[in-house]
Amino acid sequence: MNFLRKVLAIVEKDIAAELHTKEVVSAMLVFSALASLIFSFALDLRGDVAEAAAPGVLWTTIAFAGTLGLSRSMAREEQTGCIDGLLLAPVDRTAIFLGKALGNVIFMAIVEIFLLPLFSVFFDVALLRPQVLLVLSLGTLGYAAVGTLLATIAVNTRAREVMLPVLLLPLAVPVLIGAVQATSGLLEGATLNQVSGWIRILVVYDLVILAVSLLTFDYVVQE
Amino acid sequence: MMEETRTEPTARKPTRDLLGLILAGTSGVLIIFALGMALVYAPRELTMGNVQRIFYFHVASAWVGFFGFFVTFLAGIAYLATGKRRWDILGLSSVEVGLTFIAMTVVTGALWARPVWGTYWTWEPRLTISALQLLIYVAYGMLRASITGSERRARFAAVYGIVAFVTVPLSWFAIRWWRTIHPDILTGGDSMTVTPRMVQTLVVSIGAFTALYATLVRQRVRLERADDALTRLRLRVDERQSRLKSRRSG
Repeated sequence: MNFLRKVLAIVEKDIAAELHTKEVVSAMLVFSALASLIFSFALDLRGDVAEAAAPGVLWTTIAFAGTLGLSRSMAREEQTGCIDGLLLAPVDRTAIFLGKALGNVIFMAIVEIFLLPLFSVFFDVALLRPQVLLVLSLGTLGYAAVGTLLATIAVNTRAREVMLPVLLLPLAVPVLIGAVQATSGLLEGATLNQVSGWIRILVVYDLVILAVSLLTFDYVVQE
Repeated sequence: MMEETRTEPTARKPTRDLLGLILAGTSGVLIIFALGMALVYAPRELTMGNVQRIFYFHVASAWVGFFGFFVTFLAGIAYLATGKRRWDILGLSSVEVGLTFIAMTVVTGALWARPVWGTYWTWEPRLTISALQLLIYVAYGMLRASITGSERRARFAAVYGIVAFVTVPLSWFAIRWWRTIHPDILTGGDSMTVTPRMVQTLVVSIGAFTALYATLVRQRVRLERADDALTRLRLRVDERQSRLKSRRSG
């Protein structure tokens, strides 16, 4: 209970900071709207093409918008010296990791909630379904977890923002393949049972990544 | 002056490396042997012809690449547990050697695909996972190059080596399922009739490439140790010079 309250306090801090500056989520939202527009120009997304390409376009947009948010949220910790304060506080390192990861999940979820109706309008595909939401949350959880760990590493390198996508995207391949395949299966009218193989990949990825991140995060923040 | 140089034996006696010599000799003999088996002993494959002989080195280098990254994974765990520089050196050496072999896998795969399937690249799962590993461990190298401070570099590289390696099996399953639901006509008739001679050749090739891996890692580790020793010596020279300078001026 106490542990949970600490995690939530860190999430609350991130949300409060974001409400104050509004820089991360607004940039992610504008970027994802732009990305959808550009994909629409590049792939001529209408009719059947839109239906076939929508899951890929959706997840590419989420992945790239995600890297924006992740690197920004960690860079803010570094610039304000907030991470040092957190490390000095009598809080378990795993609580810091979970708090940061959960904050990133929330920021990505806001972008996704914005993207789903946008896709319905732009490309005429019905993505607002509970099964799709399940796939979205599983994929986002894994992506944000590994992204939080790698963003903490990337922010301490000389290349910074450039480093995160290079580190993150090749490791997120299982999430991207699994989520795109599950989403397109659901769009083609498959039941949740029929895409359970992909769901299982997402669940296993989430669990493995959470375990490894919790075990290694301590080594990433110690100075 | 004499007493001080004695504390740096690695800097003074870098020659005699018996293990390295044995490894180099063994892998040299094995590689020639494997080459002979692949070109002469193994039978000519019925449908693909002589081009199929690239298979022995292709598979062997894929195995060694993956094995190299596995060693880095283990070295990363050992580094985080002990904080010893030697595990960091092993991890970095193993990635560099593994990258060479994975690059070879991708190139030989493309060379094989061209005459057999008429295209340089097929999204065949094993080829795709090799290309993905190539990118993951190029990123590992970029990460190392971008961190200042050797202790922090070692720590971050160890964490990345661990996280990267645990995603590889999941990527493999995801890529394989992805290919099976989009069956590729090109790779449809992939089945090869395998004879005992082919299996023997493959086993010898894998053995030869593993020995070559060990040889190269051994030399890479020695190179890094020599580099460490050189850095220490340079530091000492700098220290002494500044001491002399301050004595002279004071």
